Amino acid sequence: MMDESRRGFIGKAFGAVAAVGGVASLIAMKKTWDPLPSVMSAGFTTVDVSGLEANKLEIVVWRGKPIFILKYSADMAPTDGRSVKVGENYYSVMVGLCTHLGCIPAYRCDKQDFKCACHGGEFSADGVQTFGPPPKPLEIPPYKIDGTTLVLGEEGPEYKAMMAKAGGV
Amino acid sequence: MAEFKQADSMYEWFDQRLGIDKFLKVMMTEYWIPKNINFLWAMGVLLTVMFTILLVSGLFLLMYYKPDINMAFDSVNYTIMQEVAYGWLFRHIHAVGASVVFLIIYIHMFTGIYYGSYKKGREMIWISGMLLFVLFSAEGFSGYMLPWGQMSYWAAYVITEIFGGIPLIGGDLVVWIRGNFYVSDSTLTRFFMLHVLLIPLAILGTIVLHFYALRFPHVNNLDGEFFDYDAEAKKYLDGKKVESKVVPFWPVFLSKDFFVLGFFLLFFFYLTFFHFNFAMDPVNFDKADGLKTPAHIYPEWYFLWSYEVLRGFFFEIAGISGKSLGLIAFAVAQAVFFLMPWLDRSPMVKPANQRPYFKYWFWFLMVDLIVLTIYGKLPPTGTNAWVGFASSITFLSLFIALPFITKAEGKKVGGK
Repeated sequence: MMDESRRGFIGKAFGAVAAVGGVASLIAMKKTWDPLPSVMSAGFTTVDVSGLEANKLEIVVWRGKPIFILKYSADMAPTDGRSVKVGENYYSVMVGLCTHLGCIPAYRCDKQDFKCACHGGEFSADGVQTFGPPPKPLEIPPYKIDGTTLVLGEEGPEYKAMMAKAGGV
Repeated sequence: MAEFKQADSMYEWFDQRLGIDKFLKVMMTEYWIPKNINFLWAMGVLLTVMFTILLVSGLFLLMYYKPDINMAFDSVNYTIMQEVAYGWLFRHIHAVGASVVFLIIYIHMFTGIYYGSYKKGREMIWISGMLLFVLFSAEGFSGYMLPWGQMSYWAAYVITEIFGGIPLIGGDLVVWIRGNFYVSDSTLTRFFMLHVLLIPLAILGTIVLHFYALRFPHVNNLDGEFFDYDAEAKKYLDGKKVESKVVPFWPVFLSKDFFVLGFFLLFFFYLTFFHFNFAMDPVNFDKADGLKTPAHIYPEWYFLWSYEVLRGFFFEIAGISGKSLGLIAFAVAQAVFFLMPWLDRSPMVKPANQRPYFKYWFWFLMVDLIVLTIYGKLPPTGTNAWVGFASSITFLSLFIALPFITKAEGKKVGGK
């Protein structure tokens, strides 16, 4: 039943003002929790990979995440679309967080694979999941090859080609 | 303004202004509790006391704790533990209290399930109670992050990562909750706010709702008997105290509760002073390191069962990834207890041992929860992973089967 009285009008008017104010406050509250500009503009990480030892995992930090860089030894075959060629050597360059719930898998150099201790997931040396709950291979961070150095956070032509091959993830 | 006559005593002065007489009657001396109950009915008062103990010990910790990633660890492990007089005591009370409060919550909850205290008018008691369980879980989780040890960090990491499983918005949601791409200073400070203010406020409000929800349907009793409270209360007030099926909350019911509370507090302070280590994971005495996952991550014992449901699904089924299945199962496990009043289709309000089918369901659930809890702590490899899978499936199946089992029971007992 429509309340046409003056009190009814005051009620509706207040409802409208409160609704606008409520939505505006919700937006402000949501934005207060967004990452700060200083966080968003977090820089790039540059790594010189020429000096790395084969079959030994190197971990660098990019945006607070561990990045795995694994130089392949002679007996390790590169995977098309996942292995990165820098100079004469092939490397795995991957975000070192298990795609299940974000633990850091450990590299087992004798078995040449990664094992996540949290929930038992396993990945091959190129980061493809081979056992357990991980739903997808280890993520490949945006990179650019600059001579023998890798610039993490910048999308170079090799990275773009790799992503295009993987179906544009 | 109402007319006030000259008060003859201090009591009368306050009574005129605050209606103390009426208030005490409604809240205490004429709030009726059934006689036919046992010590399990004392858990509510125990929980109220535990919440107070946590609140007070928390106040003392709050005066020295620093919610900053560079200072948090030392403010707890150096300042509070070594410098502040009795700081160690408040920390141990707070940590042991968090653990024990869940023990009592589980006893309280499963007493309710065993005696069918969630149906036929008692639905809102059950729902407000389950809300309290969820809020206490959030309170426990946010508090666990504050000491900023390795377990704090990685528990925070894994649990916030769970929200990433929500379709479409998942990835952005995780960054929004953390305020960064990883668990960082912004995450710590906002969870500090949640732990010390917002969630405790919500808990207080929900406790009021929970108590209020009891007023109309009243407390259940050992036989699930329904009777006329007004008539029984009248008998009591007329002096027929033996005949009456009820007693007043104060002083009769509470005096028994205090007796149980006495035993409980002895147990609690025994743990606090002599066996606090179970609530102090050694891994959490290493400072948080975002680049080094501890070899084995596990939550506190009270979250193990749902943690095991989360990781029980470790392989793909019908094209749905193990991760998604685990998240769905985890979400179901968190919500399914809310539905107890509607999943239980039997009209019987009786202790489980008097219910022909429900008794099997109840004890089956207890065994399954214990198995989930034990395997939740073990590394998820080999046979363990399969036991976890089987017990997670069993957990979900039990709740799918409940309406059918109780429907059949309703038929068998002919609607009684």
